[in-house]
Amino acid sequence: MSTDTLTPGLVRINYRKVIARALADELATDPTVVFLGEDVGVAGGAFKATEGLKDRFGDRVRDTPISEQAIVGTAVGAALMGLRPVAEIMFADFAGVCFDQIVNTLAKYRYTTGGQAKVPVTIRMSNGAGSGFGPQHSQAAENWFLNVPGLKIVVPGTVEDLYGLLRSAIRDNDPVLVFEHKNLFALKGEIPAEPDDSFIVPIGVADVVRAGDDVTVVATQQMRHRAVQAADLLTAHGISAEVIDPRTLVPFDMETVRASLAKTSRLLVVQEGPPDGGWGATLVARTAAENFELLDAPPRLLACDPTPVPYSGPLEDAWLPDAQRIADAAERLVDY
Amino acid sequence: MTTATTDAATREQLLDMQRRMHEIRFFEDITKDWFSRSLVRGSTHLGQGQEAVSVGVTSALREGDTTTCTYRGHATVLAQGAPLDRAFAEILGKEQGLCGGKGGSMHLTDLSVGALGSFAIVGAHLPVSTGAAWAAQLLGTGAVSATFFGDGAANIGTFHEAMNLAGVWKLPVLFVLENNLYGEYSPIATTTANTDLRVRADTYGMPGIRVDGNDVEAVLEVARQAVERARAGGGPTLIEAMTYRQSGHSRSDPAAYRPPGELDEWLARDPLLVAARRLGELGVSEAELDAVRDRAQETVRAAADRALAWDEPAADRRFDDVWETR
Ligand SMILES: Cc1ncc(C[n+]2csc(CCOP(=O)(O)OP(=O)(O)O)c2C)c(N)n1
Ligand SMILES: [Mg+2]
Repeated sequence: MSTDTLTPGLVRINYRKVIARALADELATDPTVVFLGEDVGVAGGAFKATEGLKDRFGDRVRDTPISEQAIVGTAVGAALMGLRPVAEIMFADFAGVCFDQIVNTLAKYRYTTGGQAKVPVTIRMSNGAGSGFGPQHSQAAENWFLNVPGLKIVVPGTVEDLYGLLRSAIRDNDPVLVFEHKNLFALKGEIPAEPDDSFIVPIGVADVVRAGDDVTVVATQQMRHRAVQAADLLTAHGISAEVIDPRTLVPFDMETVRASLAKTSRLLVVQEGPPDGGWGATLVARTAAENFELLDAPPRLLACDPTPVPYSGPLEDAWLPDAQRIADAAERLVDY
Repeated sequence: MTTATTDAATREQLLDMQRRMHEIRFFEDITKDWFSRSLVRGSTHLGQGQEAVSVGVTSALREGDTTTCTYRGHATVLAQGAPLDRAFAEILGKEQGLCGGKGGSMHLTDLSVGALGSFAIVGAHLPVSTGAAWAAQLLGTGAVSATFFGDGAANIGTFHEAMNLAGVWKLPVLFVLENNLYGEYSPIATTTANTDLRVRADTYGMPGIRVDGNDVEAVLEVARQAVERARAGGGPTLIEAMTYRQSGHSRSDPAAYRPPGELDEWLARDPLLVAARRLGELGVSEAELDAVRDRAQETVRAAADRALAWDEPAADRRFDDVWETR
């Protein structure tokens, strides 16, 4: 856009390309960082999200066979020997193939060994629906891992958050799953032209994306952007919505949500993916149990339908809550 | 070197391996007794009869090298040098256990001696050892990783993924397949289309060697060659060690599925007997051999007594070690 005025010292970059920048900045900062995955090196990644890294970092960037279990297990073994591996699982759906390595090997290593082992492994996965990839390439898979203690889970929804959280994830001494929403790949944002630690986003801290007084809408990734659009729609109806992006699901920043509810007394959680057994349902349950006295309306979860993600445009569009449905749900809570 | 000094060195090394095999055997005798007296929770998997594989292979390793193994892994972790008392304490679920009582019999781990872990999911550890080997390759440490697993594990995906990755990246890994002829209660021929497991090596571009897994000297010899090859950048090796577990799969499995006579044949080739016969040929007296055994028994008993006297963990310790930071 020609009207953009770029802040001095910053560069404008999209959500897809910032992945290589964040990886490059950590690879350059810490010689123990290594990166492996299918076609991530010479080919530059299935989404061209990791172009240039192989040329710049050589053997520290490694193309693997199509062996998701070996990718994760190898990352764990390398971590035990002092490296800080980043493993790519091309589509989060493929985590099903290496589920055991993630939930039994990686997540439990520290615990099972009584704290002897440190496994600073980061697993990056492309996530989510909205681009017509069909049932096995479109799932928002973060909820699969929610009840596996030992993992941290981040779900960045902006360029700045992806840059800052991916770098935090790599520096973290615990295993971190980083979900990168592929329907946000074209989203633009600004990051420092040169590596700058002040742009690192801490794990476990939510972002109040938009301040409001009447209803709290909590949403991540694609749904966070739709929640902001919904907040615009609600303004026309005289309703002021506060939008919170948790950014991290484990550990969850309950404090920021609680502070918002102290003001709004109404909670709407918008979650991509089927409704059951996810972070949205957990947040609703925790709010009901822990903050009942703050509420003036029942806490509500707006999620996708309990079906696989359909392929066809009209079907997938209907499956994902849009801004209007989010606004309607928020309005019903205000009217309760 | 003269033949006399070579013999002396061989004798010393074999005596040391015999001592360690005795210690592991006594360790599992006590574990079995504790289990029958409900001092051990859940399950326990004894590897009695297979001690020569772990002792032989780890004797070819040096400091900095690593191992991973299975739920039937007492032998490997002890052979790597984990302390007997803290291993006992882990099996008893004590605070001073190797893993603070969080893992138990199936998860003995001692990172300080390179015993990276015992794994309760069949095959899950093979890629972990390829990862340790990848780190060694990248960092140029010259370290080698040995991963121990069963014949049954040769049919799970991680086996193929890890073998292929190690083959194509030329990683310094020893894949040590302990072929004890059974996976749980199933004889190998009922689960495995081609029971010649050594040939799996061909598929993944590495040498495959079959060895008598009850002959500790033979195991040591093939392991030495594989280690040398791995350190020189020649890549991985599959070692198929033919052996036999003398007890059932786990807990109180009576192993009634074994054909009559099979156990007796293997007991006649018990690794402790094989090594004792060889030591006799090398001039070690019966009395000396008995002394080695008796000392091992005393050492293990004393370790068990220490472990029994140690504390149970405080209930709050269950919250520790999930995350480093939260
Ligand atoms: C993935 C998985 N499937 C099944 C089991 C149950 N199980 C435990 S040991 C075992 C047999 C494995 O046989 P083998 O690899 O030959 O090793 P062995 O027990 O003979 O040492 C099975 C099926 C398991 N622990 N993990
Ligand atoms: Mg077996």
